[in-house]
Amino acid sequence: MRLFGPLKELAGTADGWRELREGSSVGELMAGLRGSMPEGLLAASAVAVNQEYAAGSLVLQGGDEVAILPPVRGGRL
Amino acid sequence: MRVELVRAVIDSAALVRDAKAGSDGAVCVFDGIVRDNTRGRKTLHLDYEAYEEMALTQMRELAAAAVSKFGVRDVVLVHRLGRLLVGETSVLIVVASAHRGAAFEACRWLIDTVERQVPSWKEEQFVDGAVWGDGEPFPVEILGVER
Repeated sequence: MRLFGPLKELAGTADGWRELREGSSVGELMAGLRGSMPEGLLAASAVAVNQEYAAGSLVLQGGDEVAILPPVRGGRL
Repeated sequence: MRVELVRAVIDSAALVRDAKAGSDGAVCVFDGIVRDNTRGRKTLHLDYEAYEEMALTQMRELAAAAVSKFGVRDVVLVHRLGRLLVGETSVLIVVASAHRGAAFEACRWLIDTVERQVPSWKEEQFVDGAVWGDGEPFPVEILGVER
């Protein structure tokens, strides 16, 4: 897992590892992260798999590059 | 189309000049610069980072989408990463078009969409501490409805 922005800082690393059972989805991965990261930030974060935004239902495959993306940029209109 | 992530100072004037062609009747520029405060708190500098490979892909897709969606001739989209000082350009968008209406619309759509969707983050260093900028909420179609 690649972490960015505030999530990277909170985790103290840009790369996190999680063991998942085969057939786990993006949603299950995110549920498993609860408790180790602030709930609000996690809930507002998107997930990219192989550099594309992914739905929670997407099933992860071995070797996928998963990134947890906190809300981006923070520009105010 | 010129789409880049850079670490050096963005020379806005040069990029705007280079974007113009004979068939253009308008060039619309959005020059996003570092403000000296956030809600009254004095800013020293901003540190921008990105999920670079994905950010560049997204920026290329958005630039191409702006051309086809609004029928403009060309788009320049440059985003700077690293440490930026007050007044420096973080994002430059130049839209060149035969007519002004399409140029304005494409430029506005591009910056709004970049702000929501290109994976980059800024950490603001104030005189009295640092925070990550409040992010734009992701659109529902990106966040997914399952969570």
